[in-house]
Amino acid sequence: MQRESESTEEPEPPGRRRRRREGRTRTVRSNLLPPPSAEDSVAGATKGERLQRLGCVQHVADNRLKTTKYTLLSFLPKNLFEQFHRLANVYFVFIALLNFVPAVNAFQPGLALAPVLFILAVTAFKDLWEDYSRYRSDHEINHLGCLVFSREEKKYVNRFWKEIHVGDFVRLRCNEIIPADILLLSSSDPDGLCHIETANLDGETNLKRRQVVRGFSELVSEFNPLTFTSVIECEKPNNDLTRFRGCIIHDNGKKAGLYKENLLLRGCTIRNTEAVVGIVIYAGHETKALLNNSGPRYKRSQLERQMNCDVLWCVLLLVCMSLFSAVGHGLWMQRYQDKKALFDVPESDGSSLSPVTAAVYSFLTMIIVLQVLIPISLYVSIEIVKVCQVYFINQDIELYDEETDSQLQCRALNITEDLGQIQYIFSDKTGTLTENKMVFRRCTVSGIEYSHDANAQRLARYQEADSEEEEVPRGGSSQRGSIGSHQSIRILHRSQSTKSYCKKTLGSLLDPTHHVYPFSPQEKDITPDPKLLEKVNECDKYLAISRHQEHPLAQLSPELSDVFDFFIALTICNTVVVTSPDQPRQKASHGVPPRAHDALALLRSPSVVSLPEGDFMSTLSNDSMLFRLEERLGQPTPAIASNGYSSPADSWEPEYPQEPQPKQELRFEAESPDEAALVYAAKAYNCALVDRLHDQVSVELPHLGRLTFELLHTLGFDSIRKRMSVVIRHPLTDEINVYTKGADSVVMDLLLPCSSGQHQNKIRSKTQNYLNLYAMEGLRTLCIAKRVLSKEEYACWLQSHLEAESSVDNREELLFQSAIRLETNLHLLGATGIEDRLQDGVPETITKLRQAGLQIWVLTGDKQETAINIAYACKLLDHDEEVITLNAESQEACAALLDQCLHHVQSRGSYTPEKTESCVNVGFSSLPSLVIDGRSLAYALDKNLEDKFLFLAKQCRSVLCCRSTPLQKSMVVKLVRSKLKAMTLAIGDGANDVSMIQVADVGVGISGQEGMQAVMASDFAVPRFRYLERLLIVHGHWCYSRLANMVLYFFYKNTMFVGLLFWFQFYCGFSASAMIDQWYLIFFNLLFSSLPQLVTGVLDKNVPAHVLLLKPQLYKSGQNREEYRPRAFWLNMVDAAFQSLICFFIPYLAYYDSDVDMFTWGTPITAIALFTFLLHLGIETKTWTWLNWTACVFSIFLFFTVALIYNASCATCYPPSNPYWTMQALLGDPVFYLICLIAPITALLPRWVLEFVSDPFETLSKDCASEASQHTQQPSCSPKTNREPSTVDISVPLREDTVLEDLGAQAPGSSRPDEAVLEACPENSKRKPTSSSQEAPLPSLFNLPSFSSLNWISSLSLVSGLGSVLQLSRSSLQMDKQDGEFLSTPPQPDQDLHGLQGQATDYF
Amino acid sequence: MAMNYNAKDEVDGGPPGAPGGTTKTRRPDNTAFKQQRLPAWQPFLTAGTVLPTFFIIGLIFIPIGIGIFVTSNNIREIENPSKECEPYRRNEDKPIAPCGAIANSMFNDTLELFLVANESDPTLTLIPLKRKGIAWWTDKNVKFRNPPGTESLKERFKDTTNPVNWLKPVYELDPEDEDNNGFINEDFIVWMRTAALPTFRKLYRLIERKNDLHPTLPAGRYYLNITYNYPVHSFDGRKRMILSTVSWMGGKNPFLGIAYITIGSISFLLGVVLLVINHKYRNSNNTADITI
Repeated sequence: MQRESESTEEPEPPGRRRRRREGRTRTVRSNLLPPPSAEDSVAGATKGERLQRLGCVQHVADNRLKTTKYTLLSFLPKNLFEQFHRLANVYFVFIALLNFVPAVNAFQPGLALAPVLFILAVTAFKDLWEDYSRYRSDHEINHLGCLVFSREEKKYVNRFWKEIHVGDFVRLRCNEIIPADILLLSSSDPDGLCHIETANLDGETNLKRRQVVRGFSELVSEFNPLTFTSVIECEKPNNDLTRFRGCIIHDNGKKAGLYKENLLLRGCTIRNTEAVVGIVIYAGHETKALLNNSGPRYKRSQLERQMNCDVLWCVLLLVCMSLFSAVGHGLWMQRYQDKKALFDVPESDGSSLSPVTAAVYSFLTMIIVLQVLIPISLYVSIEIVKVCQVYFINQDIELYDEETDSQLQCRALNITEDLGQIQYIFSDKTGTLTENKMVFRRCTVSGIEYSHDANAQRLARYQEADSEEEEVPRGGSSQRGSIGSHQSIRILHRSQSTKSYCKKTLGSLLDPTHHVYPFSPQEKDITPDPKLLEKVNECDKYLAISRHQEHPLAQLSPELSDVFDFFIALTICNTVVVTSPDQPRQKASHGVPPRAHDALALLRSPSVVSLPEGDFMSTLSNDSMLFRLEERLGQPTPAIASNGYSSPADSWEPEYPQEPQPKQELRFEAESPDEAALVYAAKAYNCALVDRLHDQVSVELPHLGRLTFELLHTLGFDSIRKRMSVVIRHPLTDEINVYTKGADSVVMDLLLPCSSGQHQNKIRSKTQNYLNLYAMEGLRTLCIAKRVLSKEEYACWLQSHLEAESSVDNREELLFQSAIRLETNLHLLGATGIEDRLQDGVPETITKLRQAGLQIWVLTGDKQETAINIAYACKLLDHDEEVITLNAESQEACAALLDQCLHHVQSRGSYTPEKTESCVNVGFSSLPSLVIDGRSLAYALDKNLEDKFLFLAKQCRSVLCCRSTPLQKSMVVKLVRSKLKAMTLAIGDGANDVSMIQVADVGVGISGQEGMQAVMASDFAVPRFRYLERLLIVHGHWCYSRLANMVLYFFYKNTMFVGLLFWFQFYCGFSASAMIDQWYLIFFNLLFSSLPQLVTGVLDKNVPAHVLLLKPQLYKSGQNREEYRPRAFWLNMVDAAFQSLICFFIPYLAYYDSDVDMFTWGTPITAIALFTFLLHLGIETKTWTWLNWTACVFSIFLFFTVALIYNASCATCYPPSNPYWTMQALLGDPVFYLICLIAPITALLPRWVLEFVSDPFETLSKDCASEASQHTQQPSCSPKTNREPSTVDISVPLREDTVLEDLGAQAPGSSRPDEAVLEACPENSKRKPTSSSQEAPLPSLFNLPSFSSLNWISSLSLVSGLGSVLQLSRSSLQMDKQDGEFLSTPPQPDQDLHGLQGQATDYF
Repeated sequence: MAMNYNAKDEVDGGPPGAPGGTTKTRRPDNTAFKQQRLPAWQPFLTAGTVLPTFFIIGLIFIPIGIGIFVTSNNIREIENPSKECEPYRRNEDKPIAPCGAIANSMFNDTLELFLVANESDPTLTLIPLKRKGIAWWTDKNVKFRNPPGTESLKERFKDTTNPVNWLKPVYELDPEDEDNNGFINEDFIVWMRTAALPTFRKLYRLIERKNDLHPTLPAGRYYLNITYNYPVHSFDGRKRMILSTVSWMGGKNPFLGIAYITIGSISFLLGVVLLVINHKYRNSNNTADITI
């Protein structure tokens, strides 16, 4: 039975008393037990426990999935209620109801309701359909079967998913999908393990290990749910996939902690494990999977906000027109009131209305008649168009990634046009710009660098080969593997439907070759450095001989010992799981002969005295653990030989034969790619990870054979500590060792204090130098360190650690503290450099995006040097340009630095005017770039400095924020968004980018290697960074331009139509009569003229895709909102007024003084309006497909058909003036044709001329189209881009020589990033040919002496010495101007800024 | 306008389909529709396309205009003002037939045209005016129906009263022709077709041409006898009687002809102006292209 305890008091452990916050926990009991009452509850049976129970038993969700919003009964009221949240709908209903007031009715009341009912019905139908499909998928999932233990039948019976309740026992077999969040109680695996694949949940394709709750793993017999009497206390349902905490309270009052390792999450798949049993903790909508699924997101796009503003203008216009008309009517009434004219119709009682009353009625009637001015169908049309746009973006084959079989996904349906207006891109680095596929490149051990030249050469070869066979699909197996895994990733993207994931997973079950991590050969094959390999071999041989000695490692030289430890650390300090490809998804069992299993089973029974080391920890029960541990530590450890299943250790055989089957290649499944890279690297040095269980790791060496390390603890990686550690017992020395692997910035600070001797110090400084060198090369660096713990130290630490582990409250914090206590006084072993290759096309994409006027900021957690190098490699930074590096130690320094940088930028600005004329073509590349580290960023984001920082950043071409935390990332985005009022796009792939993605106007997730969290938070998910180019430059442009034009057209159309009615008021005494039949009036917008504009809104391409890609500058039109700006709106309104004048007065004059009746005159006007709309749309439409033609023809056809049918349908229906036979009569009247010809053409003449005189795109696209057809091989638009080399150099610039010199010159430690560095790239003259931004050759000013050396300038003396004279292009000036605007708002504008502002505006 | 079918896009559309063997990928279909590569006609608004259009409009419109104008001029004219029933539904407890404000305000002057034989002889010859044929056929035969019955119209309308402003009951509108009375009286039908604009005409009578030898209205003096029933002084209204011939485009209205001529000329002029501008612009544009 389950209960939500509102305020449960924590059972009191001896000597401790803690209070839990109210309502934070949930208590779960077995459903098989009789429901607990106050007396006989299990909890009550235990002494000292006091479970306060509130009378109300809260409802806990069952496992039924219900994502539908409505039921049959509630649909109508609920849906209507939701629809009336839209103000527009309320407005239209109000207008329609107004028609029911007799005094003001303009139309048949029933007819007036028609359009709004139609719109409501369309929307309701759409909602109903969506809901029904949700219902169907829910139904499907709810009726999946699984085995649930039944109390009555005392066995597992098949039940539907929806029948599972919290507290049920569920038995799952291999490859089954987990139906709810289940606490793992028993597993068929001898070690109490269970592997799950979480791809459905987070997209991570590696297997995760789950572990039976401590205390249940030792059960000899099969787990019997009937005997389960424990109580589980855990958190309330939450959506944190990475956390689960709670404790299980046994009958005897003993407690055991529960962790996320014990929880099987709904939606995951059981792998590698025959069967597991668990108790359901969270079910249905309380499962983490469903709590995480928030469905599609709704953002309001910028264009829509602007549109709403214009709708308000329309309302104002409507009121004005009605007022005018009302006043007119009042005056008219007054004039004829006393004259009792024939046409003056009195009220029914014979009196006539007073002019004022008449005016009021007229006002209301006018509002009804002119209601079309507010476009009722606008919102629905926009939704339809956006859905279609999303469909086309999804379908774009150019956005499809062959390698991962994934295409772009639009998760937000209604911000497509925002893609066309982005001004700032905030990008993550790792995994976004780079592949996140790590390749081991070089390492340093014990202060000696091993450059792995062969490795580098081989990698270079791969790269060449890669670029040559880019198009050729990868090898069959990896191809298929990736398809398989990505099929299961697809899940949960659709709204709240979980249908797809089940299907996909079921599909992937059928695929036996279900691989993960399609490592390409270059990641696995590492050519070892011969020197280092020799040393490893030496260690191996020596240790093999001396392994039985007391301290085998002590005999080694410190260096060799370091080498050995280094590789051991590489091999075991991770969470890599070993599998073999032959047995997909089965744990690798090679090397462990069958008898070993028996031995294990035997050894596990407590009667055996000599426990194998591996099972030591698991057999400890909680209470006696410490005691027994100490006992054990005191004992002399048995020799390694006692390890019963270390088969090669027994027999000394020559090197290779003992490897069971050389063909059996191991696969390493890692949580992060660098882990795998390191393990593969170690394997290349014959130090192979062969097996990993939860409590032991086996490593195989050629001479030593298999070494089994007892794994005491794993302190996982987290982004705060930036390191991970394993605590192991070393089989050779029996010492307890801590191996730590982490970011150099962290690890270097945790090293043993300097007292440890000259040698260590030297190693340290050397390593630091190499680290800097690696970073310069753009490699990711990791430091490997080791600590030997004495048994006392360990026992002491263990005690506190266990306490931390078992605490339920702030366990994270305690564990963090505990980890910090362990990871100190480290002994540095070495460091590794891993290359993270740039993704394909990143530099080209960045160049393009930048040409498109986008400012790109890279926000990365990486270290500065690495980030800068990657930035150079991907052309974010240019060697021709100046780089301002901002590293400050304190708030004050940061402020001073910012001032100085601003001053510098400003002084550069003052040079500009003279130079701009002479070299206009220098363009934007002369803008500086800004590099800032995390600490400075924290200062700069302070309230006082953020304006200055932003101002500086705006001056820069690109900004690089290193070492930034997720929070900082989102703060930066928020700052730019709110202060600069700019449209921002954030792109990232990892969980650390989520906040940034959510804050930005448009969030883009990369469905890469780091799971799906970023994708889940994003609006758009792309497989690769390079697709961003097409997404923004092509689709963004199109979507924006289409929607902008459509919205403008809507306003135009309605205004023009209303104008016709308004002009008529001058001829009918402002009586609010309409010459257009009410049917036309009501349905004109909805039926006759809606389809063509929808087609154009969906399909029109004002510029073809290839031209957009060739001329990214065209993107700027969206950024500057050129197509939909207030001016365009008002121009359209004026045009509409003009056109309505023409369309009204041509028929007026043509029929002036004739015997034409009202509708015989009004119907041509309607027809003329339709023709004018279509012709107008024709001018606006740039590409005419058959769909456009069809839509136009259909519209005309529909109008005439409806008119003919309507005019023939009923001769006497609408007395007194029904339009019977009007259209038929008109079709026989030549005047009708004549005015239908001349009026639309005349109305559109001005627009036509205007379009012809000023249409930049047209001439452009025409030019480009013609040019592209001329040079088909090298399609390019301007001679400028022609000059660009066809291949772009993406290699990481090697600047070893300079750096080494530099390093040599510096005192160790002086490279700490506490200086303000204004770096001007030294090698611009050398680099220029390769770094080919498409600028004209620069004049000689770049060869100024001050440019040829690095300028390291301290934070106090600054930039003054820099003789850089750079040009500001027109675009930069424009930015200055914007700055000026922006800076007029901050509270205390800086003096400098003022100067600059004035100066900037001077140029305009 | 340029016909520019993107045939090229159609041909080289993307790489060939997914390699065989992979049964189901999520690769989007490479169809012209889904890839937005439907063949499209792009009406570039350039000098080459727009200018001819202007000239064409000019060249077509001006002749049409002249044609209309001439036709309209040939029309010879000789020159001389409601809702549903409420509040004119009932009068003194009898339903009004026909009810409503429009019917109530029906024009009821009578006009008689006489030919004065000659200056000396004041004998007046009544010109016969046809009362029938002035309404739309559909109105007369479909839309307007008299109350059903076989008895006389007067019987059928016996429970009704005539509209307030009417002098005669509805069944006595045409004293000459029984079939032209009641609701199917053509004067009534014509009136019920509500005029669109404040200044309007209503077809009153037809003067039939006897044969081609005799002019319908020979030259001479005519005498118009108006029975004034319909007051327009109260709202400063004016009444005219117009004798007009009929052509294919209705009554005399020079507007359309003038409009066509005007628009045609404007369009032609625009074409010329733009041609000149474009000529200059093109030249400078070309040179600019070369220099960059």
